[in-house]
Amino acid sequence: MTGQSHRLPQGGLIDRAQTLSFTFDGRALSAHPGDTLASALLANGVHLTGRSFKYHRPRGLYSSGPEEPNALVTLGTSGRTEPNIPATMVEVYDGLVARSQNRWPSLKFDALAVNSLLKPFFPAGFYYKTFMWPRSFWCRLYEPMIRRAAGLGALANEPDPDRYKHAHAHCDILVVGAGPAGLMAAREAALAGARVLLADERPAPGGHLSGETIGIDGKPGAAWAGAVADELAAMENVRLLSRTTVYGRYDGMTFGAVERVGDHRAPDSSSPRQRSWTIHSDQLICAAGAIERPLVFAGNDRPGVMLAAAARSYVNRYGVLPGRNVVVFTNNDDAYRTANDLAGAGARVTLVDSRAEGEVAARALLPAGVEAHYGEYVAGTKGRAHLRGVTLASSGRGIACDLLCVSGGWNPTIHLLSHTGRKPVWDEATASFAMTDPGDGAFAAGGAAATFDLGLTLREGATAGRAAARACGCRLSGKADIPKAGQLPAYGVEALWRVPDAMSKAQGSFVDLQNDVTVADLELAEREGFGHAEHAKRYTTLGMATDQGKLGNVNALGILSELRDMPVAQAGTTTFRPLATPVALGAIAGQARGRDLRPVRHTAMYRWHESHDAVFTQAGLWLRPYYYPREGEDFAAAAAREVHAVRSSVGMVDISTLGKIELKGPDAGAFLDRLYINSISKMKLGRTRYGVMLREDGMVFDDGVVARLGEDHFFITVTTAHAAQVMQHMEFCHQVHWPELDVQFCSVSEAWAAIAVAGPNTRDALARCVTGLDLSNEAFPFLAAGEGRIDGAPVRIFRVSFSGELGYEIFAPAGSGAGVWRAIMEAGEPYGITSFGTEAMTVLRVEKGHVAGPELDGRTTAADLGLGRMMARKKDYIGRAMAEREGLVGAGRQQLIGLKPVGKDGALRMGAHLVNELGAVGPDVSQGRVTSAAYSPTCGHFIALGVLRDGRSRIGERLYAVSPLHEEQVEVTVTQGVFVDAQGERMRV
Amino acid sequence: MRITCPWCGPRPLSEFAYGGDAGKTRPGYPGKAGPDAWMDYVYLRENPAGRHKEYWHHSGGCRSWLVVTRDTTNHEIAKVALAGPQAKDAGS
Repeated sequence: MTGQSHRLPQGGLIDRAQTLSFTFDGRALSAHPGDTLASALLANGVHLTGRSFKYHRPRGLYSSGPEEPNALVTLGTSGRTEPNIPATMVEVYDGLVARSQNRWPSLKFDALAVNSLLKPFFPAGFYYKTFMWPRSFWCRLYEPMIRRAAGLGALANEPDPDRYKHAHAHCDILVVGAGPAGLMAAREAALAGARVLLADERPAPGGHLSGETIGIDGKPGAAWAGAVADELAAMENVRLLSRTTVYGRYDGMTFGAVERVGDHRAPDSSSPRQRSWTIHSDQLICAAGAIERPLVFAGNDRPGVMLAAAARSYVNRYGVLPGRNVVVFTNNDDAYRTANDLAGAGARVTLVDSRAEGEVAARALLPAGVEAHYGEYVAGTKGRAHLRGVTLASSGRGIACDLLCVSGGWNPTIHLLSHTGRKPVWDEATASFAMTDPGDGAFAAGGAAATFDLGLTLREGATAGRAAARACGCRLSGKADIPKAGQLPAYGVEALWRVPDAMSKAQGSFVDLQNDVTVADLELAEREGFGHAEHAKRYTTLGMATDQGKLGNVNALGILSELRDMPVAQAGTTTFRPLATPVALGAIAGQARGRDLRPVRHTAMYRWHESHDAVFTQAGLWLRPYYYPREGEDFAAAAAREVHAVRSSVGMVDISTLGKIELKGPDAGAFLDRLYINSISKMKLGRTRYGVMLREDGMVFDDGVVARLGEDHFFITVTTAHAAQVMQHMEFCHQVHWPELDVQFCSVSEAWAAIAVAGPNTRDALARCVTGLDLSNEAFPFLAAGEGRIDGAPVRIFRVSFSGELGYEIFAPAGSGAGVWRAIMEAGEPYGITSFGTEAMTVLRVEKGHVAGPELDGRTTAADLGLGRMMARKKDYIGRAMAEREGLVGAGRQQLIGLKPVGKDGALRMGAHLVNELGAVGPDVSQGRVTSAAYSPTCGHFIALGVLRDGRSRIGERLYAVSPLHEEQVEVTVTQGVFVDAQGERMRV
Repeated sequence: MRITCPWCGPRPLSEFAYGGDAGKTRPGYPGKAGPDAWMDYVYLRENPAGRHKEYWHHSGGCRSWLVVTRDTTNHEIAKVALAGPQAKDAGS
């Protein structure tokens, strides 16, 4: 472990008594509690932290905050690997593992840095313009190659072992930023009684104050901030969220935030790593501060070039001197603090100010011995892996240095004020885009409001806090207690978008460091007609990726406005959209991953199926038995055995997933009349009827069984897939169309387990377990409905059949479902009763020609499906008017038919098209399609249902079922749609 | 986005399902309504930039159908009422 060569002997908010160890690119380094990865690297003399996105130029630490464009690192190992994290936001813990990115084979020697020499040939849009032909090469060769060469970090292809949580918070006032403005706002609002949520991205409050020497009320800034935060923490109506970034504002004062709960300590699965907050607030106070602007000149991207305020925060907050020979280059007064603080820490400082000497108020801040150049620019830099010196523009003089601090002024952080679509306006006094009118319910204070004086910031924060509290109904008392801030010269700035000769060295003058966008790229964009801010962004990739233009965008807007010869105020900004900062996908997913992404629904008989070796299939969220293989059986053999059991003796299937709705009320029958195409109100008590519902556009919506259990009491089943939609539809019809109908209904899908039992021996089997109901054909004929008991449980029994065999559907209270299932199994034992799954169910219903989901696909009418005769003539029902319209009736409709292969061996496939002849192409070639297909063990060959143009008049025709995707073509014969017991005798015995 | 349900109070968007344009009334059948009226009711929808009356179902709550007046440009909700004539009874 090497020593911390650039650590100052004292000062900063770090704990020198403890030493932490971490690695960067495998090299063991040391740090102290309170360090970020960035400050620890600088303390160890490491500036070079990455290679740039496109040209692979060496890049170093540039900032001390979330705007960091260069020092993006990959943290962690294996499944915990996380790329593209700004080193400035990483708190060092013992054992932290960090790696640099976008370099090969190593950071010091990067083979692809040759791109940098080829820079004149890599202008904006280069890849799209160059790698165009041949077209097929783009996705196979060019794109993978370019992606490898240009990029950020790589993801781990392993599951993330960490936990993430979602949480909601409600408050009257959300204060974003716990700097001086935010703390004052939160304090005043909380004292007025408002429920306040104060979120700050740093581990400790204070904002920029923590990196400054200026104090409040005679205390150091950080100490004052800590005291206010303690006071707030003690109040019941205040919630403080540290390490929390509010990344977006959404409609209706809803905010997204991510709290880094465990990122500052060694990974540990006992607590969540991050928590994703949805915050509902009444008012917003944006006190998010400001971000310093870079300056644009040739070679402004070398490691050793750093934002001026960042440099002094490394000294003041972290006790690290980032350079010993320092040049400060500025167009404003703020950077004089940097000159002052770095000189105070022992650096030799030279100051270069683009303004004339007379305009500079902050000259008084310069300590003796600082050489100052006014009306001067830095025109170029020297060095490769690290800065060695700068050249001044007018004098041409060279100055040796190892740190160049730059400040182009300050940009208010206004994302949260702009996400609603509100546009910032140009403020001449501060040379920045500011949100002068934040809109209803929103306030800005401090740096976010383009206020760069500490005293004014404190006052503005207090005012915003009181105004927000008043807006949400709090009564204010007394006057705000404004603490006394230390004095600094007034802030002045003179916009400087680029150093005047940056034009001649445009290729080396970087505007957006993260995306390697240069002045030359902006010139090209403007020349080619993409000079509008929104166009230039897309043309050059300006302001994309992790920093989202926080550093480069305003300079780019300024340069574009110069190129287009218009005032910057008129050029405008690009659109602000959430997310303002990157958020880990894990945090967005929260708990919703793996099993928790979609709940799994089990029926009451699930354990029985499981212990009888069922193979399960997913039906929506449900798990349903697909088939029950016995020793040595494959899928086909098991399904064939199950079908045979039903056709020859008795079988049973779990149909609990059906939707079930219970209706009561004098108008229940009338209500159902208006939902189903057939008549319901005239049904007799103790009877069931097959019912079909349409959508209002006339297409079939759903089908099922309607049972009349009492004069005013109905029970209906709906398909598993449509259960929720049918319920919603019924509620709409009742509440919106026919509220006058006296009916109440409720979904009881979960309350009832359901079993279908079918086969010639079913009655005999059931007679052994059913009590309280005479099952004889005379007493309980086809389509009867009744109640009895099985295994002591009250059950509803409907004599209906989808297989065409003698069949019953039995509904038992869900809690008794497993017992009833076992009791029927036991009763059927002498008949070899066989449980069957959804595959056998499909085969049985296709054999019987019953329609199901594949036929009810939203494109078929009742008439298409051969159910036209069910459509009542004397009543209104949903869909009737549109079902009768031209185009849905008459010739040319695709009608339901059956299909069988001409040769016995032909295999039919769902989705295959029906064509008259092979080889023809064109829009009208397809006559229809196969909707359901199955191998029928009963028939000994494949059978299918399908829809065919004018199909009912084409029985006996020969066609081809073709599936070009599978290169299949099978000659088929059109049949009427019922393959077993077409007369329907078996189910009536 | 939050919707203030007349029964349940302000609830998050995730509890609601969108139900489309509430500006149309279903023509009765049988009735005088011809194909044009049905065409209009089933298919034709306005797509205004600004205030729009639309159905929302409180599917994850009281299961009421609501008529929400929403500004499509900024999702501001001007009014929420129960759908159907019983809206008056709820005093919304």
